[in-house]
Amino acid sequence: MIASPLRRGAPLVVACGTAMILAVLAAPFVGTTDLSLARVFSTTMPFSDNVDAQIFFLARLPRAVAAALVGGTLAAAGVVFQGLLQNPLATPYTLGVSAGASLGAMIAITFGAAIPVGGVASASLAGALAAVLIVYALANGRQRGMSTTVLLLAGVTLNAFFSALILFVQYLSDFAETYRALRWLMGDLDVAGYASILASLPFIVVSFLAFTWLARPLNLLSLGREAAGGRGLDVTRTQRVAFFSGSLATGAAVAVGGPIGFVGIIVPHLVRLLVGADHRLVLPASTFFGAAFLVACDVVARTALAPLELPVGIITALIGGPFFLWLLLRRR
Amino acid sequence: MATVEKAIRPRVKVTMTPIPTPAPNRRPGLLFFFGARPGLLRGARPGLLRGARPGLFVWARPGLLLLTAVLTLQPQPAAQTRHRIISLVPAVTEMLFAMGAGAEVVGVSSYDNFPAEVASRPKVGALVDPDFERILSLRPDLVVVYGSQDDLMSRLTRARIGIFQYRHAGLADITSTLRELGTRVGHRDDANRVAASIEVDLRAIQASVAGRARPRTVLVFGREPGTLRSLFATGGVGFLHDLVELSGAIDVFADVKRESLQVSTEQLLARAPDIVLELRASEGWDAVRLERERAVWRQLASVPAVRTDRIYILADSSLTIPGPRVAQAARAIAAVLHPR
Repeated sequence: MIASPLRRGAPLVVACGTAMILAVLAAPFVGTTDLSLARVFSTTMPFSDNVDAQIFFLARLPRAVAAALVGGTLAAAGVVFQGLLQNPLATPYTLGVSAGASLGAMIAITFGAAIPVGGVASASLAGALAAVLIVYALANGRQRGMSTTVLLLAGVTLNAFFSALILFVQYLSDFAETYRALRWLMGDLDVAGYASILASLPFIVVSFLAFTWLARPLNLLSLGREAAGGRGLDVTRTQRVAFFSGSLATGAAVAVGGPIGFVGIIVPHLVRLLVGADHRLVLPASTFFGAAFLVACDVVARTALAPLELPVGIITALIGGPFFLWLLLRRR
Repeated sequence: MATVEKAIRPRVKVTMTPIPTPAPNRRPGLLFFFGARPGLLRGARPGLLRGARPGLFVWARPGLLLLTAVLTLQPQPAAQTRHRIISLVPAVTEMLFAMGAGAEVVGVSSYDNFPAEVASRPKVGALVDPDFERILSLRPDLVVVYGSQDDLMSRLTRARIGIFQYRHAGLADITSTLRELGTRVGHRDDANRVAASIEVDLRAIQASVAGRARPRTVLVFGREPGTLRSLFATGGVGFLHDLVELSGAIDVFADVKRESLQVSTEQLLARAPDIVLELRASEGWDAVRLERERAVWRQLASVPAVRTDRIYILADSSLTIPGPRVAQAARAIAAVLHPR
């Protein structure tokens, strides 16, 4: 019964995976600086003198990899949160993770020069984890099991509260820092090397292991709590795993690229239009499609106004905003 | 905020009303009043008091009490040319002190820290958060504002307080602002002298580097510590760009007609600067920290500045302020670009 749509959707998942690989491989060849391919892949020239190879391998390739990692992670986390909250308008940022991450980053940017807080990325990850624990404690406090309503309300409230704290930290900062902080909030994938990618990778790998386990339970959960419980699903455990893995993935992605918007909502919905609602298809297809989508957006961001950088969050929002509205109106 | 303004305005009106100068001979009531309270005028005009007739001018007392109250609210009359100036722009505050108008500065912005005297002046906010109530309470007759502070300017105009608009621009605008400001606050000669000496200094620095090879330089004024992420540099407009070019360098982003731009790793590699010059407004990095921040650049091994180790971090707030210390800043930059 389930096998046939799964088989029908499989080629689409493969197609999305191919799109992701092609995007990551092609993106480093696109840019405003003219590169000589012979020099880029030259084996005779030492790497430290080879400008073309450095632009390719130190500037463009890490950007493409970071975009794929962040885009795929945010899209998958979006699927998980939509499944967990049973709400099509849920995003990876709905439960306050990104606000916590942003607060951490703002504190690091504003006071980082004076107090060594260990870098913007780790501060933002710490902020994300703090937000996750607060929301979890609130949603888990009164009763056994998690209430999705309380989860939603706690997340939304924490978002608002952290936003106020972010504004307060920005108010305390200098002109130059305020601008850098604001720029961080717009998203930036120019990671300048592989260090931040490698640092976030363990968190993302753990989250994705959880996601693979979650695909089937999320399918059951979409039938409703009682029906899922009746079919032998441990609903509370599923919710916990979904909440923590989704939040961890989001926190790690935001630490790399900043709170890039809309990837986590438009990609899952687009993919569902293509492959249906089965999470065993939606999760991998969203991951691949989200990765390819953000790689493409970042190419636009770095070439459209070059040598000026266009914040990638602006591109995703320009595409995502109208799409989101279309989705909203279509649902009526 | 509107209510605050309403509450303040009548007081301003009081200080604006012309107060009739008491003429003792034609207004015996005043003499009587002072006579009845001998402590006030005795000794000052003993001869006039003798002619006063008590009892006749009792009616004048309430009115005179009112007049006295008004007189005490009146600001202490000062010399004709003395101003009460508030500066929301640190660069202009420095200019005022440099031209000898420091004593007339009664309030400064929250970012002011030079010269040391500003520490004793009340802080009244800055670009985005000027404290209008506080500004009024200092009874200024001239407020130096940023050209973009439209709301503040219209409020000051309504309160009939003078405005000097500052616009952030190129190097040449520093001395022209100095001259214009000097004329405005009655220190024209001093301001002209300061401006002329800055221009002489700048020309001397320019001459000292003339004919020398001009290194291609990127001037960085902000980035994430410990990485090369969210790095901002000067574009081809503004006083920092002018300073770099005057001090004998070629700005690698001179073609970007903006004051600043975010620079990607690719652009850093592609523009291949000979010198990396980082200006940090906030001091306080020790030698270890400075060395660690310089080492961050080593990952871009193909950049000439990295290969020749010409990466400089200057931590001095004077370098980023377009004020009278600009020649000093130019000298510091020229010394880095063209070491003897």
